[in-house]
Amino acid sequence: MPFMPVKFTLQKRVKLAQGLWMLYWVSVIMGILIFSLGIFFKIELRKRSELMDNNESHVVPNLLILVGLLSCGANAFGGKVCHDSLDPMKFSKWKSMLKPYLLMCCSFNVLLLVTALLCFLMQFAVYLTLAEGLKNSIKFYKDTDTPGRCFMKRTLDMTQIEFRCCGNNNFRDWFEVQWISNRYLDMSNDEVKDRVLSNVEGKYLMDSVPFSCCNPGSPRPCIQHHLTNNSAHYDYDHRIEELNIWTRGCREALFSYYSSMMNSIGVLVIVTIFLESADMAGLKYLSTALETMADPENPECESEGWLLEKGVKETFSEGLAKLKLLGKKNQVEEGGDAQETAT
Amino acid sequence: MVVMKMKFPFQKRVKLAQGLWLLSWCATVAGAMTFTLGCVLKTELRRRAEVMDNSDIHVVPNTLMIVGLASLGINYFASKICQDALDAGRFPRWKNFLKPYFAVSCFFTVLMLLSVIMSFAMKGSLESSLKVGLRNGIRFYKDTDTPGRCFQKQNIDRLQMTFQCCGNNDFRDWFEVQWISNRYLDFSSKEVKDRIKSNVDGRYLVDGVPFSCCNPSSPRPCIQYQLTNNSAHYNYDYQTEELNIYLRGCREALVNYYMGLMNTIGAGVLSVFLLQGSVLVSLRFLQTAMEAVAGKENTEIETEGYLLEKSVKDTVKEYLDPVLKFLLLKNQVEEGTTSTAGPAHA
Repeated sequence: MPFMPVKFTLQKRVKLAQGLWMLYWVSVIMGILIFSLGIFFKIELRKRSELMDNNESHVVPNLLILVGLLSCGANAFGGKVCHDSLDPMKFSKWKSMLKPYLLMCCSFNVLLLVTALLCFLMQFAVYLTLAEGLKNSIKFYKDTDTPGRCFMKRTLDMTQIEFRCCGNNNFRDWFEVQWISNRYLDMSNDEVKDRVLSNVEGKYLMDSVPFSCCNPGSPRPCIQHHLTNNSAHYDYDHRIEELNIWTRGCREALFSYYSSMMNSIGVLVIVTIFLESADMAGLKYLSTALETMADPENPECESEGWLLEKGVKETFSEGLAKLKLLGKKNQVEEGGDAQETAT
Repeated sequence: MVVMKMKFPFQKRVKLAQGLWLLSWCATVAGAMTFTLGCVLKTELRRRAEVMDNSDIHVVPNTLMIVGLASLGINYFASKICQDALDAGRFPRWKNFLKPYFAVSCFFTVLMLLSVIMSFAMKGSLESSLKVGLRNGIRFYKDTDTPGRCFQKQNIDRLQMTFQCCGNNDFRDWFEVQWISNRYLDFSSKEVKDRIKSNVDGRYLVDGVPFSCCNPSSPRPCIQYQLTNNSAHYNYDYQTEELNIYLRGCREALVNYYMGLMNTIGAGVLSVFLLQGSVLVSLRFLQTAMEAVAGKENTEIETEGYLLEKSVKDTVKEYLDPVLKFLLLKNQVEEGTTSTAGPAHA
């Protein structure tokens, strides 16, 4: 009893072949799109890898690139098969390859599902990497003379300007680290000496932020030093002043950027899964319709197409039995080897 | 005296028509590309319209857009004509259309070349427009409470950060204007009162620059106030300190950006111009070769094609005569009526 049978006249077969050919080429374009999105995501991660301690995981973009390439190849092959399907001579050479091809498409769909899941789940890893990386970036902001960290200041400044954020959680993270290098501090100055002595670790801490935290939309020139001291500036109350510096933290800003990117890529991969499934179903119908033609010489005869030759349960049990048989074959071979070694 | 005569056997005519059909479709795509490039340039110019005093420079993208659209029409007709060219029955219906068509096409093709020349020639106009616009922008930087100038500060700040520049000519332009609004100055402070009294206009001038002039690539935290005072900062020499703020002026930065953009676009449009010109030349050869076949029994004879029937001078005269006659004819009629009216009065 075939699973989901459909009757096919010549017209219907032709329409199916043509529609399926178009669908395969749409899938190829989707494959190219996923490939380019994978490359784009990889580049975006590399651009800011300094802020993530060079620790970020490239699993998702690499997988996307692989999946994009595989999708292009598989769908192009499928399109070629459809193109040849209505010519019985050309189709006969593809007939033998169809079963393994459909099995490969099944496993490819599983791979796509894994990719989509990773797109959604790896966001947690990105969040944690960002939190750790930004904390270290702020710590190493002043080390512009240390090899390997020369450009941390520039990267962090450009990120704060571009993403309109300040600090890790918020701007107060800058109050807890010394972000002015000792090279630019006059150690003979009393004020400097007081500040350095006032905390256990001997760090020069201030209630100031770097210039990259400044908000250009503020109506007044940027106040970046003595932020918590109302009397240091005319007509200034740090509790109600909103527009002066960016209030959002960079971790939140960067995470929302990457998370929206990963979400949209994940949705696209799910759409691709549906498209691939439709491709597989169409190809199965087409191949069975062509095989069951009552009179191969007469192209206008009716035929029947189906998804599975027997019902779903029976197909599963048959598949399991085949696997068991393979297992038994191995056992028989082992037994034969054992006998040979014994004799 | 015929200009550029060429012999065209039947096979060559067929090849010419086929090649021209392909070429005209390429030229159509090129025309669409020209239109797109014009739109891109216009968008980029409009983005920075607040720091430009006049919109004279907009004539370049406007011309590119017009030429692009015209090119689409010209090449569409070219492809239609060459499709009909080899069919002796269908070709004659284009006969009356071709003379004005060539006149209009030549006009728009020359306009394309003019737009490229203009994009190089208008550098001076762009520079003077930016000079005035930036000067006003810096002057009105502090007026964030004046309607119409609220966003001047934000625009100038973003401009300086994006183009990595400071001031009009250079950062010293900020020393000459009061860029801190009076609302944020404590007039009871002695320092403020001294500064204001120290100059004729009563302005609060500082040797400082806004934060947007700061260069993130500098190894030290940004020094934006008391720039000329070496003793105000530790280990600082105003003369030798290089990277701390952007040294380049915004006018130079913007002019370089726009000239670079227009040079790239100009190179592209120049190649489109050559393509369009070759389409028109090929079409002219095809037209003249096919005209010689008209009315003959055997359509596969060899014919001659040429560019211009008369010499260049005569052809120009021939095309301009109708235009001049249209203007002169009115004069002739008026002269005639005044002369008849004159004796009538007398």
